[in-house]
Amino acid sequence: MSEKGQWAIETNGLIKAFGDQKAVAGISLAVPRGSVFGFLGPNGSGKTTTIRMLLGLAEATSGEIKLLDHAIPKELQVALPKVGALVEGPAFYPYMSGRNNLIRIDSADRFSDPSTRAARVDAALERVGLSNAAKKKVHAYSLGMKQRLGLANALLKPRELLILDEPTNGLDPQGTREVRNLIRSLAAEGITIFLSSHLLTEIEQLCDHVAVMSAGKILAQGSLAELRSHGQTRLILKVDRIDEAVDILKTQGIGKIKFSGENMIVPVVEDLDVSRINEVLVKKKIKVSEIRLEHPSLEEYFVDLTGEGFEVVR
Amino acid sequence: MKLFAKSLSLSLMKSELRVMFTRRRTWAMLFAIAMIPILLAIAVYLSSDRLAPGEGPPFLDRVTQNGLFTGFTAMLLAMPLFLPLTISVVAGDTIAGEAGLGTLRYLLIAPVNRARLLIVKYLGTLVFTLAGTFTLMTAGAIIGAILFPVGPVTLLSGDVIQIPEALGRMAIVALYTTVSMMGMLALGLFISTLTTIPVGAMTGVLIASGVSQILDNLPQLAWLHEWLFTHYWLDFADILRQPMELSSLGNNLLLQLGYVAVFGSLAYGRFTTKDILS
Repeated sequence: MSEKGQWAIETNGLIKAFGDQKAVAGISLAVPRGSVFGFLGPNGSGKTTTIRMLLGLAEATSGEIKLLDHAIPKELQVALPKVGALVEGPAFYPYMSGRNNLIRIDSADRFSDPSTRAARVDAALERVGLSNAAKKKVHAYSLGMKQRLGLANALLKPRELLILDEPTNGLDPQGTREVRNLIRSLAAEGITIFLSSHLLTEIEQLCDHVAVMSAGKILAQGSLAELRSHGQTRLILKVDRIDEAVDILKTQGIGKIKFSGENMIVPVVEDLDVSRINEVLVKKKIKVSEIRLEHPSLEEYFVDLTGEGFEVVR
Repeated sequence: MKLFAKSLSLSLMKSELRVMFTRRRTWAMLFAIAMIPILLAIAVYLSSDRLAPGEGPPFLDRVTQNGLFTGFTAMLLAMPLFLPLTISVVAGDTIAGEAGLGTLRYLLIAPVNRARLLIVKYLGTLVFTLAGTFTLMTAGAIIGAILFPVGPVTLLSGDVIQIPEALGRMAIVALYTTVSMMGMLALGLFISTLTTIPVGAMTGVLIASGVSQILDNLPQLAWLHEWLFTHYWLDFADILRQPMELSSLGNNLLLQLGYVAVFGSLAYGRFTTKDILS
């Protein structure tokens, strides 16, 4: 089975029901190998439950899972050594040092080589910038340090897939930047990264593929470019004599003008020549203080899909 | 891969013991266990009235005559409550403790096979029990030797054995009491798979041992007594006879293994199908 399939994670009609509520209501994920895949959704949308099923911590009510081409949960013990994960926050023995915590978890893995254990643990600590705190007990760690230690745990061995659930939770801006850089460098090594987050900016910065989840369902899935193309590019105009400007634009075949404050917003059809519009307006002595194209943001699409509200969906 | 297969199977066990004996709690409990014979010996040493033979707990009157009895007497005092208390802390903590900390999910995705984790956890509690009983007997022998005369031991059967053999009998008592706890440890392991709150599991185990001892004292339930996991707990006096009375030891071992089989299976059934949501 050395032939690697196209997908690092593949699920088919995955359902997890707690009583009559479906935390995950039939999702089909397809995470391409080598991608940085953003798993985006508001809190309580079923992201962590999905991850638990992927890792065999919870059993699916129905549906299929393939993790690195291994059927889950049947071939869990074969698949998991190739997967590093951070699930719902880091968790460690507070009365042991960071280093001893990693040694503990590595000892639990029957497939890891004890003769390289110390070196691998130190390398992982180094990679997340925890070398200096390695001998401190974890109860003295800040949340950010625990988060880093959790990442180090995921990096104890060379992995094919990293499943990271909210990896920048609790980190200060500096730490967030470092973790994002770390994720980029891991992705550059060819490791597939499955990144769950409720932060759109994080997904936009890091990922090339994304799935949007809400209330247990996947609302959209695809490459970032595909999802972006759902929105419409707009021309934003700010001029002094609005009525005249509207008439002039009409002569250029532009109708459907919307207004937002002092701005005119014009939906853009394919090849609109912005500089020519500008030229026409200026020739008619209209003062243009702002003219620019606004590309559709993922955020709008996201809000379109999941709703604006702050309420927990259920 | 096969090259280091041998050391791998032991890796988790070693790691489990390292975690257990890194905890200050473990050492505090062993210290408390050691204090039982020490306090007992000091109390007996300081009390001006010498007990008449047969007065007070069994063997207590003999402590002043021969320090080696301190361990046995302390074990009789510790068996009903204090030893089960410390052991229920460890047994209740096995799975629930890891679940409560959240480390359980990281162990399982390390990955550890769930059945293997249960076995390692069970053996860990057994090692703690062994450490506890040996600590008690050792502390008893030491404090007894310091405060009281030490000499050949007169057994319950009237025979006299020399000091080295007496020490051997003490080790056998420690082993016997460890075996006596095997059933409760399995029960604790099972209860521990039911919850993510370690204190709940610990309390559950302790209550079970209390209820079992109460039932064992109700003559109306005589038919039930030999099935209770606490029934043979105090029977190690048989080890102090010449020759050693082995029938109750055998019955106890069978009973304990029965409990291990039942609650081990229940723990397996529960834990291997459980969703880890903590």
